[in-house]
Amino acid sequence: MSSSASSTPTPAEAALAKKAARPKYYDLNLLNLPVPGLVSIFHRITGVAMFLFLIPLTLFALQTSLTNEAGFAEIQKYFAMPIVKLIAIGFIWAFMHHLFAGIRYLLLDLHIATALAPARLTAKLVFVAGIVATAIFALRVVV
Amino acid sequence: MVNKQPVGAHYGWKDWMIQRITAVIMLVFSVVIIGFFLIETSVSYQNWKQLFSFTAVRILSLLFFLSVFYHAWIGIRDVLMDYVKPLWMRLTLQVLVFLFLIVCSIWTISLLWGN
Repeated sequence: MSSSASSTPTPAEAALAKKAARPKYYDLNLLNLPVPGLVSIFHRITGVAMFLFLIPLTLFALQTSLTNEAGFAEIQKYFAMPIVKLIAIGFIWAFMHHLFAGIRYLLLDLHIATALAPARLTAKLVFVAGIVATAIFALRVVV
Repeated sequence: MVNKQPVGAHYGWKDWMIQRITAVIMLVFSVVIIGFFLIETSVSYQNWKQLFSFTAVRILSLLFFLSVFYHAWIGIRDVLMDYVKPLWMRLTLQVLVFLFLIVCSIWTISLLWGN
């Protein structure tokens, strides 16, 4: 096909090289992300936070509360502290947001609400559901 | 052609599928656990201890935690693949994450059956 133009780049190749050399500007300001992008980045952040802290804390709490009556009382004492309540509410939100965002991804996998407008609507619903579920659970169990 | 790396994904739909299967398992359990704590707001030590004395509860709890750990492994590996580019660093972190989750799995078995 390109028998004669092996040494000099074709116009198409030159255009491609020029395009590749262009600088890239990424907008890293979270506030400029569309809502589905915000759901996505918080799905990631909450996932990493739960891996780092919630998994070991849950195992510690379960282990201590099942060991003996004193251990159970110790965990109850922790959950009576305001700072622990605050951290618990933070992790409940992380859990709820991750859960609802996950349900949204499962629905997207099933080709449900993939168009722009419904995808943005479900993304907003994920934030609302996460906050509402956190409020209900926190008011009934933590506070 | 895909450039296969030892610190990459497993180049197929297996991990993708496991991520979703474990998600659904955790979802079902989460509804039960959230429901339990919404109804039983003040659990006594005796009731708590008795609940975890049932073999079925222990096995289902282990199933839930193993789903969490496998799900976390795939998720954290994907995050490391996105942000950690030097191969040695990614491999080191992946090994640490893997070992941590193995330790968590053993810890879960130990606390469920050892108490």
